[in-house]
Amino acid sequence: MAYTRSKIKDLVDGKIDRDTLHTMLSTPKDQERFQIYLEVLQEQVEWDDPIILPLGPKLYIVQRQSDMKWMIRSQAGHDFCEWDQNWKLHARVRVRDTPEQMEELYPRLMAPSTDWQVIREYFCPLSGDLLDVEAPTPWYPVIHDFEPDIETFYRDWLGMKVPERA
Amino acid sequence: MNIQSEVQTRGIVRGGETLKQHRDRLMEATKATGHYAGLKKMELRDSDPIMYNKLFSRLRAGVVDARETAKKIAASPIVEQEGELCFTLYNAAGDSILTSTGIIIHVGTMGAAIKYMIENGWEQNPGIRDKDIFCNNDSLIGNVHPCDIHTIVPIFHEDMLIGWVGGVTHVIDTGSVGPGSMSTGQVQRFGDGYSITCRKIGENDILNRDWLHESQRMVRTTRYWMLDERTRVAGCHMIRDLVQEVIADEGIDAYWKFAYEAVEHGRVGLQNRIKAMTIPGKYRQVGFVDVPYAHDDVRVPSDFAKLDTIMHTPSEITIRGDGTWRLDFEGSSRWGWHTYNAHQVSFTSGIWVMMTQSLIPTEMINDGAAYGTEFRLPKGTWMNPDDRRVAFSYSWHFLVSSWTALWRGLSRSYFGRGYLEEVNAGNANTSNWLQGGGFNQYDEIHAVNSFECAANGVGASAHSDGISHAAAVWNPEGDMGDMEIWELAEPLVYLGRQIKASSGGAGKYRGGCGFESLRMVWNAKDWTMFFMGNGHISSDWGLMGGYPAASGYRFEAHDTGLKEKIANGDPIPFGGDTDPENPVYESMLEGARIKRDKQAITTEAMFKDYDLYLNYMRGGPGFGDPLDREPQSVADDVNGGYLLERFAASVYGVVLSDAGDGMKGVDMAATGARRAEIRKDRLAQSVPTQEWMAAEREKILAKDAGVHVQQMFAASFKLGPRFEKEFRDFWTLPDDWKLMEADLPIPSYGREYSMDISELPDVKTVQFVEE
Repeated sequence: MAYTRSKIKDLVDGKIDRDTLHTMLSTPKDQERFQIYLEVLQEQVEWDDPIILPLGPKLYIVQRQSDMKWMIRSQAGHDFCEWDQNWKLHARVRVRDTPEQMEELYPRLMAPSTDWQVIREYFCPLSGDLLDVEAPTPWYPVIHDFEPDIETFYRDWLGMKVPERA
Repeated sequence: MNIQSEVQTRGIVRGGETLKQHRDRLMEATKATGHYAGLKKMELRDSDPIMYNKLFSRLRAGVVDARETAKKIAASPIVEQEGELCFTLYNAAGDSILTSTGIIIHVGTMGAAIKYMIENGWEQNPGIRDKDIFCNNDSLIGNVHPCDIHTIVPIFHEDMLIGWVGGVTHVIDTGSVGPGSMSTGQVQRFGDGYSITCRKIGENDILNRDWLHESQRMVRTTRYWMLDERTRVAGCHMIRDLVQEVIADEGIDAYWKFAYEAVEHGRVGLQNRIKAMTIPGKYRQVGFVDVPYAHDDVRVPSDFAKLDTIMHTPSEITIRGDGTWRLDFEGSSRWGWHTYNAHQVSFTSGIWVMMTQSLIPTEMINDGAAYGTEFRLPKGTWMNPDDRRVAFSYSWHFLVSSWTALWRGLSRSYFGRGYLEEVNAGNANTSNWLQGGGFNQYDEIHAVNSFECAANGVGASAHSDGISHAAAVWNPEGDMGDMEIWELAEPLVYLGRQIKASSGGAGKYRGGCGFESLRMVWNAKDWTMFFMGNGHISSDWGLMGGYPAASGYRFEAHDTGLKEKIANGDPIPFGGDTDPENPVYESMLEGARIKRDKQAITTEAMFKDYDLYLNYMRGGPGFGDPLDREPQSVADDVNGGYLLERFAASVYGVVLSDAGDGMKGVDMAATGARRAEIRKDRLAQSVPTQEWMAAEREKILAKDAGVHVQQMFAASFKLGPRFEKEFRDFWTLPDDWKLMEADLPIPSYGREYSMDISELPDVKTVQFVEE
């Protein structure tokens, strides 16, 4: 089942109609979705470097035209690191480890106990956008959550040309 | 003259093999070819696809029909209301062909029991004959927890075995130390209640009298037990009849081929779906849950179990270019002295329950998916224990909390490909479990386990909020049940049932909220209740900027004076505990003995009529930055009771306005300003991650963390050398920094000494995963 570009945009914007959503959920996946999705997302960012893979609503792997490096970039345009590194190590972080900080998010008694669990918020240094939240115990290493095999994905699974990488 | 002759015994499987020979041949062929049973080609499916699909449709419809029909026999609301039952059809080797709807985690567990019988010579003793009935609930060989009772019936055709059918129901009590199906307090298997290992309980379709007499006195809720058993037997017999009808119509050869090709079909189907929906690569995530046993209200028999601990499961999913995948749980915690341990089969089989909701949403749920997946569960971990004393009664405490992390991993791939409709930030921690027992309103010995938490909040997606008070990960057809039915089943009157505000995690799309019920004890005698859920830890993180779901707490009130207040017409607590930070119940309960705290796991406490118990069902986690949420959606959440008003500004940056009739609208200009201010605050209050890491490293060097946190790491280091190496590398720790459980000021029984069930005489365990 294929979908129009406007339906994919509706999905990205959180405005997809129920009938199309149901079809999307209940029928085999449309392989061409990825390409349309990239085009829709590319229109929503203010920079021209092509998106290779979206990592979150405001986080992407892009091909930086100036040096052809694959970089992890925020919506606001901050380049954290190369695509295969852990971007969170290059972000800004706020750790909520007191009851007062937790109670800005949850009612008292419904918040985690900070000697058991903390909340780590990773922000874009340019915009202050919240890009990821971790909620581990104290001492827990920052998790490198995703290492995509982009070449296999593009070349073997989608039959697409692998973007050049310096 | 000494003549040795080999006695040739004709096996019972169609064609003459013994069950053991049959399974061995299949497994060898699977190993040699990579295809289930060596089926490089699916002859029936390819040569006669209409017949293949006809068989599939008829059998699948039949197992679903058996479930729907048989559950009407049950009286237990867990089965009849919540649908906590499932029927599965197996081939002769014990691999599942098809399963019904319901608690489909058992697609694997009953198969594990059949394989245990095969590997341990049940064919010779006690013998397997047409019209036999077997019962199993042994968690040491693959069951989830003892309250899931399996009835297993062999299927014969022309005097030869051609398969099996299994039925399972979640019973309300197993006669464990405490009442309720998933009790706390016992710290070893011996307190978990009645345990049955693949026992032959009937012949010629009739249950044996010794079994009936014994089993019915081993549990508290005998009436429910009896009807649950009839439910299972009836469903199994319906499916056996169906198989015989299908064979009469289509021929045994077609059925026999289908019984094996369907499994290979399931394996190939998974591989295709992985390629169609995900992205190759590595995904890492982690789950935690709290075990707060040091508290006075957790009464355990053994001092060595009276500890605060944290259960920990990191996971790494590797998706390869050929569509195969591997799930590795290196670094997971050791099994513990509590009831939250799990068998490798329940851990892996339950993952299929999750996958049916996104990756493989087909009707063909069978063992093919298991053959298409490599699992690595280190031996000795909580989900692959190496000690036969471990208890399993509430294995779900950490099953749900460890699996929820897998949603995040898979959702990264769905999000990357643009399949936003499949993204799910996670499931809820499916609690609280209201449990207890005593004498009920009908003056009978009774136990309760309210299944209201079959309707928790769902995690947010990447295009919409999670559904509220709607689902539980372990039953895709979850339902909170009717209050009127629960009041018939439990001596507990409802004083309120409402959405639990702010229980769903915040986000651009928020997690679904749970709900809460306020129950008043009424017409009970010698009554107890306890709490079971997460408290100090929210096990369900958010995704891509979304926040975790709220965590749990407890509220109970004793000596409430409600009898007099009701008689006088005075105000009494009604509805939910809307804002636990500003509680109102207490103002109507002067002089009462109240427990309101984070201790969300307790053991049996005494309750009497007019005492109160708050049953709070958890919410799901959120997705995306809350500052990107539509402001009007935040106002709608406040108006609808999903969000406490003060969090509109502090979490979402939304300044509310008065919209008349007590409703809230949005001041858009002020909201824009507030959101800009929050972004500034975020940058002002944060530091570069590397700077924070330097400070955190100092804390690690100084061993500055709670003993429960240190114990968690130390135990994971011991079982997961790679996890320890990665930890040490990440924090660049010096060689002389050591963290050993033996050095901590708490006991760690089980650390050095354990004895597996496989060490018992004449026992052959079946290994399903890499250890």
